[in-house]
Amino acid sequence: MAGAGGGGNDVQWCFSQVKGAIDDDVAEADIISTVEFNHSGELLATGDKGGRVVIFQQELESKNQPQCRGEYNVYSTFQSHEPEFDYLKSLEIEEKINKIRWLPQKNAAQFLLSTNDKTIKLWKISERDKRPEGYNLKEEDGRYRDPTTVTTLRVPVFQPMDLMVEASPRRVFSNAHTYHINSISVNSDCETYLSADDLRINLWNLEITDRSFNIVDIKPANMEELTEVITAAEFHPNQCNTFVYSSSKGTIRLCDMRASALCDQHSKLFEEPEDPSNRSFFSEIISSISDVKFSHSGRYMMTRDYLSVKIWDLNMESRPVETYQVHEYLRSKLCSLYENDCIFDKFECCWNGNDSVVMTGSYNNFFRMFDRGYRQDVTLEASRESSKPRSVLKPRKVCTGGKRKKDEISVDSLDFNKKILHTAWHPQDNIIAVATTNNLYIFQDKL
Amino acid sequence: MINTMECAVDAQSLISISLRKIHNSRTQRGGIKLHKNLLVSYVLRNARQVYMNEKYAEIYRMQQYEEVMTVCNEIQELNPLDLAEDCEEQSGDCCGNDGVSEPASLCCALLPVSHLTAVQSAHIQAPSACSAPLSLQSDEVCKETEPSFYRSCCAEAYPVSNCDFSPVNNNLHCNKTTVLDLDTHVVTTVENGYLHQDCCASFQQCCQGAQSPAKKRKVDFEYYISDIEEVPDFTPCKRAKFEDCSYANSEHLDTSNISNLISIFGSGFSGLVSRQADFEQAMNGQFCSKQALASLGAWTRAIVAF
Repeated sequence: MAGAGGGGNDVQWCFSQVKGAIDDDVAEADIISTVEFNHSGELLATGDKGGRVVIFQQELESKNQPQCRGEYNVYSTFQSHEPEFDYLKSLEIEEKINKIRWLPQKNAAQFLLSTNDKTIKLWKISERDKRPEGYNLKEEDGRYRDPTTVTTLRVPVFQPMDLMVEASPRRVFSNAHTYHINSISVNSDCETYLSADDLRINLWNLEITDRSFNIVDIKPANMEELTEVITAAEFHPNQCNTFVYSSSKGTIRLCDMRASALCDQHSKLFEEPEDPSNRSFFSEIISSISDVKFSHSGRYMMTRDYLSVKIWDLNMESRPVETYQVHEYLRSKLCSLYENDCIFDKFECCWNGNDSVVMTGSYNNFFRMFDRGYRQDVTLEASRESSKPRSVLKPRKVCTGGKRKKDEISVDSLDFNKKILHTAWHPQDNIIAVATTNNLYIFQDKL
Repeated sequence: MINTMECAVDAQSLISISLRKIHNSRTQRGGIKLHKNLLVSYVLRNARQVYMNEKYAEIYRMQQYEEVMTVCNEIQELNPLDLAEDCEEQSGDCCGNDGVSEPASLCCALLPVSHLTAVQSAHIQAPSACSAPLSLQSDEVCKETEPSFYRSCCAEAYPVSNCDFSPVNNNLHCNKTTVLDLDTHVVTTVENGYLHQDCCASFQQCCQGAQSPAKKRKVDFEYYISDIEEVPDFTPCKRAKFEDCSYANSEHLDTSNISNLISIFGSGFSGLVSRQADFEQAMNGQFCSKQALASLGAWTRAIVAF
């Protein structure tokens, strides 16, 4: 059978696990809004619209089945953000988690940043598997003993206990953003991070919460002259002075913080001229970039707009080096997609560990992988129907016109309520996490 | 040029859908989303552009037809015989694109006049004072108009017999016909196919009327939306109503609600419009020329001097 793409022409993807409710009735709070592996891939975090963060941990490979990778099981669940009310502006602030970013691990504890529209929080996730026992002045349940009853002394000792994972907020970074935060990115120096909203980007020190530096401000003097907003921002993986931000106009600006304190002037501007023959009512919407991600190497970056994924070489600003059409068949449906608001969906994209394959989501619970080396692409589906353990995923095909072949699905049959906006790829292995509306699917390559 | 072929929904529907989205964003949880509303405003702008283009084309066609009908009828009453023979040969060309086959008579002298040959005339020197203050404004609006129409609709006073600034037809024989409109006191010289209005008292109003929406648009998105509402009520500046160039009269239109919708997210997005400024200026210029052309219908009691 022809290769399914994704990391070589002989990779086959298998279902591994699915997390979340089976109900068709989706509670709004359960809608997954972000997915992120940590730097080792051992931990997988998800955020949802209800402000909760759920962290899964990969089990160690079992000795019985050395060929099988460990499963991901719930490690910790906590409420990261609560709904708030801005009394001054009479605005409700949603608790939805927009982004989660892990910090590189420095000690036994894990740290992650989670953000909603206005506030970023640094969470410490730590394990406790022992507890002290044998206090002289306290009973085991914590009540204080009457000192007069103490007749002997003993040294308290640590006794093993059931593993307890604690999440505690270590820092709260608030009141720095007037507009809605869309991105956070940890710097490679592990000391600073940036947060971006529609018009501004701020630089924070992870230790300092009462102060942040504004490094990009595109707010015009007269708001009536507003023509574009910031849609995503990310630090370079290796160069701590470099970051990029994308705009609603389809441009990406690379900035160097050494050049000046304010990076309003970009160092590089990446922009592809629009094809005039494709001009429509919705040209501006579909050219708006919804995600930008550096490759692990730092040489390339990838952008996602509504219909395509583009790979840019940082050394060439004039046009992308590769363009992949995700669902070009939607171009003739833009009117309907505008009416039902689907055209505003913000799809994310991700690289695999060695930057050879990129992945992004689509509708009907389809997701796409593009193998850059072999020039192959594949469409797969995340569905309960094909969720037998270790069953191989069958490539899917959308019929764009003419006679529909067997096993193809026609464009008009696509379910636009089932969308995959968030995907993540394990940093080392071929393990992917794909979020449908309220379920998290984990797929692995067949060993 | 926006390709509207693929869109099943027409521009007007898109406009109402977009306004509805903006309205709904007021009640969405989490506050108004700047990014989404910005994108919606782009669609609004594009739809409006297409809608206006279609409207202008339609209005222009209607104007041409009506002018031909009106003027030809009236001139025929005045001078049914004198001009018929002069204009017969142009009848096919100048009586509009709709294949209206009215007797040419004087309509040829009045309409898009690239084909006009006509007659020597004594040129009536127009007082320059009235044109001077207008020229700058009009210039701005009309500078991108079609040359064959309206080369210097905003002409400052120029030497009587100077045909030099007629840029295209330099080698042609300089032919002039001058007409004084007793209603509007507009003196118009038709010269080598170029139409000039020397004394533009009412012309100023026309130009201002056409121009002010453009200026308004640059200032405030609210007016931008009000224009959309205006268009269905637009009445071409017909002869009797020349002074009431209704393009500028938007007060009677119920735009307050829609203006409120736009103002809720506190920005005008007229920056979007300013990017189209050139285009809209051109359109306004053209429209201005159409306005002036519409004024030709005001020649109820025009005097034609040969």
